[in-house]
Amino acid sequence: MEKVIFEYHSQSTSYVPAADPQAAKKHIPVEYLGVEEVILPQVSEQDVIRHFTALSKLNFGVDNGFYPLGSCTMKYNPKINETVADFDGLAGIHPYAPEECVQGALQLVYELEGFLKEVSGFAGMTLQPAAGAHGEITGVLLIKAYHQQNHPEQKRTVILVPDTAHGTNPATAALAGYQVRQVKSDDQGDIDLDDLQRNLGPDIAALMLTNPNTLGLFEKNILEVSRQVHKSGALLYGDGANFNALLGLIKPAELGFDVMHFNLHKTFSTPHGGGGPGAGAVGTIKELTPFLPVPQVIKKGKKYFWKHQQANSIGKVRSFYGNFLIAVRAYAYFFALGAEGIARVGRQAVLNANYLKHKLENYYPVPYGRTCMHEFVMTPHHDWAVSTLDIAKRIIDYGFHPPTIYFPLIVHEAMMIEPTETETKETMDTFVNALGQIAAEAVQNPELLKKAPLTSPVGRIDEARAGRQLILKYEKGRDAR
Amino acid sequence: MVPKDLKYSKSHEWVKAVGNNTMMIGITDYAQEELGDIVFVELPKVEQQLKQQESFGVAESVKAVSDLFSPVSGMVVAVNEALGKQPELVNKEPYTNGWMIKISLAAPAELSGLLSAEDYEKLINEGSK
Repeated sequence: MEKVIFEYHSQSTSYVPAADPQAAKKHIPVEYLGVEEVILPQVSEQDVIRHFTALSKLNFGVDNGFYPLGSCTMKYNPKINETVADFDGLAGIHPYAPEECVQGALQLVYELEGFLKEVSGFAGMTLQPAAGAHGEITGVLLIKAYHQQNHPEQKRTVILVPDTAHGTNPATAALAGYQVRQVKSDDQGDIDLDDLQRNLGPDIAALMLTNPNTLGLFEKNILEVSRQVHKSGALLYGDGANFNALLGLIKPAELGFDVMHFNLHKTFSTPHGGGGPGAGAVGTIKELTPFLPVPQVIKKGKKYFWKHQQANSIGKVRSFYGNFLIAVRAYAYFFALGAEGIARVGRQAVLNANYLKHKLENYYPVPYGRTCMHEFVMTPHHDWAVSTLDIAKRIIDYGFHPPTIYFPLIVHEAMMIEPTETETKETMDTFVNALGQIAAEAVQNPELLKKAPLTSPVGRIDEARAGRQLILKYEKGRDAR
Repeated sequence: MVPKDLKYSKSHEWVKAVGNNTMMIGITDYAQEELGDIVFVELPKVEQQLKQQESFGVAESVKAVSDLFSPVSGMVVAVNEALGKQPELVNKEPYTNGWMIKISLAAPAELSGLLSAEDYEKLINEGSK
């Protein structure tokens, strides 16, 4: 295993010298010099290169192999995105540059918002939020502003969240100052309409709903859900985490969603992290547009401008205009696929997931078995002596990234698999074969799975100890093992 | 493992009388098994008032974060400080050293609404089918 960089001691013996801190000292005014010596790694240039090259080889990304991490939409990101984001005219501009000098950038923001409005059916859009969860809190604050503006006498203090929801939903509602109440799922895996009806009332501000839900199922009663929610005076928030399933097929605004965030890193092929940062665009129906964050890009004639003032805006949610270069990548993605390509994304994602589900049902139970959308949830057989964790770890030995596990919470020992539209049938067939072999091993040699992974740089990690004794930084002399 | 002398809730907590109107509360062996290795337990402050079925804390395991629900109403008179450093006690000794809170009972009648060991065993056997 590669050691941490602090454990290198190469400076004194290296042929290529590292920078000499004593020499640098001469050029820094004495009042700016620190008083304590900082412990920095003593590493030659060559060892730095070798260290990070070694680490990069340990990494597993979608560019290495299949990455069916459910609800995360680990699709292949076209490299043209990176090329475009690197253009001097985009990467080199300053956020305080005068509007007339950055017309192209403003046009890009304006048009990307337009594309997102087109595929979602919403009337308003902001690109400011810097992540999906940031988009969620922005959306919920829009809902709060809407209720306060339109009927300040009402006490709508509760947000409803289904028991299949992503954990960010209740967290967002709580952060926005709401109480959270859970709504049950029915035996089909849809939101339970009776339980929803029981919970709706004059105290409810909104229902936060993911469609398709985290079981990978399309909420087939969505129109009735939307009708009930609106009838009670509440709004319908859409968690766009699973929007990839709908892209090009359905516009969420037409399903009755009032506000929804879009994870650009999932659906619109921007980096998930590492290469980050993120972007969580938020779309709204017309009635909510007065509350959108400022600034917004507007167009007058052929020119683009920043609009900083808007009476009822919830204000800024991010410095400048969010992570602009991430928006650039999403913009490039729209052009790389074109209208026709975008229209095929959802269809192919759903087809791929159903193909995998159909094949894997031969080996693994799928508790909510109806036709799925872009992902599905399966489990080990009840009488196997191995857990979902054991299977996930064994999948690493076959060269794939494991699926999302133990989520959603309503399925015992869940494995949530999302292939995305960018995988080929050949890749999926290889994965099916591996999962078939693992199923056989689970019966014949469960001990093997319990020891997995056997081929990775580190073996089975003690997750409980890692959680109980968090070590987040290097400390000289501490034994990390 | 379901000790005969305890009362149980449907949300997998146990209740044990430990003296003058005071009840000790923890989660069952079944619950800790389902949660997996527990890495963090968040408990309420002493003197906090709890209603029956109100959340009194959170147990975080390697799999999930779960609310803990009070089987009875009353005031918290003690919390198990040891769980701060050793949350694994909940896994190892759920009915003894892994206890979570002690409550001064507000409505003794609530006790009769809780499950007996026999009923609780039935509940978990149905659940695992």
